[in-house]
Amino acid sequence: MIQKNITEYLIRQAEGHHDKTAYADETVSLSYGELYEESCRIGTAISKYADRLSNMKACPVVVFMEKSPHTLACFFGSLLSGNFYVPVDENMPEERIRLILDNLSPSLIISDEKNMDKIGSVAGDIPIVTHKEASGCAADEGYLKKVEEVSIDTDPAYVIYTSGSTGTPKGVAVSHRSLIDYADHFSAAAGFRFDDVVASQAPFHFDASLIDIYCTLCTGCTMVIVPIRLFSLPVKLLEFLEEKQVTLIRWVPSALNIVATFKALKVIRPGYLREIIFGAESMPAKCFNYWRSYYPDAVFMQIYGPTEITGICTYYIVDRDFADDEVIPIGRAIANSSVFLLDDEDRLITPQQVGVKGEICIKGSCLALGYYNAPELTDKSFTQDPLNKNYPEKIYRSGDLASYNERGELVFSSRKDFQIKHMGHRIELGEIEAAACAVEGIKAAVCLFDDKKNKIIMAYVSDTDDTAGIIRTLQKRLPRYMIPNIMKQLESMPLTSGGKADRQRLKAMFIEG
Amino acid sequence: MKEEILEILMGMHPEVDFETEDSLIDSRVLDSFDIVSLVGELTERFDIEIGPEELTPENFNSIDAIVELVGKLSEG
Repeated sequence: MIQKNITEYLIRQAEGHHDKTAYADETVSLSYGELYEESCRIGTAISKYADRLSNMKACPVVVFMEKSPHTLACFFGSLLSGNFYVPVDENMPEERIRLILDNLSPSLIISDEKNMDKIGSVAGDIPIVTHKEASGCAADEGYLKKVEEVSIDTDPAYVIYTSGSTGTPKGVAVSHRSLIDYADHFSAAAGFRFDDVVASQAPFHFDASLIDIYCTLCTGCTMVIVPIRLFSLPVKLLEFLEEKQVTLIRWVPSALNIVATFKALKVIRPGYLREIIFGAESMPAKCFNYWRSYYPDAVFMQIYGPTEITGICTYYIVDRDFADDEVIPIGRAIANSSVFLLDDEDRLITPQQVGVKGEICIKGSCLALGYYNAPELTDKSFTQDPLNKNYPEKIYRSGDLASYNERGELVFSSRKDFQIKHMGHRIELGEIEAAACAVEGIKAAVCLFDDKKNKIIMAYVSDTDDTAGIIRTLQKRLPRYMIPNIMKQLESMPLTSGGKADRQRLKAMFIEG
Repeated sequence: MKEEILEILMGMHPEVDFETEDSLIDSRVLDSFDIVSLVGELTERFDIEIGPEELTPENFNSIDAIVELVGKLSEG
């Protein structure tokens, strides 16, 4: 029978490998059996607030917790109850959490004790339970069985919020079907093994974590959570990989770069590591070459995929050498998805047109369902395939520009707009500008990104020179990775002849010198 | 030296009171990007080399610890 719910993997692993460690962190370790049982208890607790059987649809359950194996039990509990989970960054400023809750109107919030006060102050009438309370509920297997019968594979499995250019984050909803396809195809492409130990870097509210969570689940291997402070301490980070006998990592290049910058592998080279997967931002070939010099026999894989595509849509397993100034390709489409380039007039660019740039467009079951509670935005971003006039077929226009190389591999080039990748996160510079312009005293603000130094520069016009005050205000509205690294106060904003902020001139002033 | 290091840190996080903060790494006031920038600046300004073994919470949790580390490496 064809699988229709991602949690069928969990049930299978719990039956076949009940005592094997599934997910662990510094203090907690859950076997597949324990995880399944905890998820069933939490799922039953959720059903008191979001009854799939009477609602006739899946409802959102916000999970507002520190990254831990218990957080995953809340995710799977949401899914087993026939609903979907929404991981929200517990370090996010309250104003931004409020925007998300307004968009979402969740049936329930699950939090840990540490974050209860923070979420309680913004939740209004939304019910909140602690993980401890939810996991203390007795599991109702009969109820969960009925839910399993009525749920369908087009139900959403999760909603993940990403930066929006107008200042409001947008929630990308992804179905079980997409997630099952992704876990199946990607774990096969990357060669996940039953005895792998995966070290998880990405936060769960960031879709880069899908590989860690779901490839682990469908393969039945083990995932360990890397304590986040270790990413500032490269030698300790590598000692952790050695101690946990980690075999596979899927990290953002910034995390790999910390080790390369400080040449930490000369101090300790974790001996079990056999595969290194990277993506979510461009991987500098210099950093790749550093890692490869210590792991000449390991598999290195670059992946690509916007949040609107479940996990990834292209990958490239490195099969040759790259000079430090060369660009590593993003490769070819993953199985059961179609990835192609369109020019400005919606004409197809073929692999024979080497070097010709076009927008990366994607179709297939990997496409997200759309943006939650945002039908207009969904229609704008998920559009009819212009190459198909015969039947309805949606594509996602990524806004990313790429070209083919002489081997027919896709090579990422740049963005069409003002979206950037910083510390692995996708950021609309417009969202920072909108937040800055709402700060009292700021008359105009333009953000630039210096990709060589990996810094966000904000040029602003203001009467006040209280930079610390401005940053403190921005911190109430934006996540940490969106706070500008460099602030430049101007007497007036340089304008183009059309009256818009002159980004080229600002770039020349602050980046190119 | 302390004033100069304070200036570097304030350039990164003007909102933080570095005189009193003694958990810069453990409380993640300084994240991995800050550490890369900070070490780059310290290396350049004080003409020292900071090896990967020196990147420990003990050496970077407070401004006094950073001052001590830079002093030690400058002498060596």
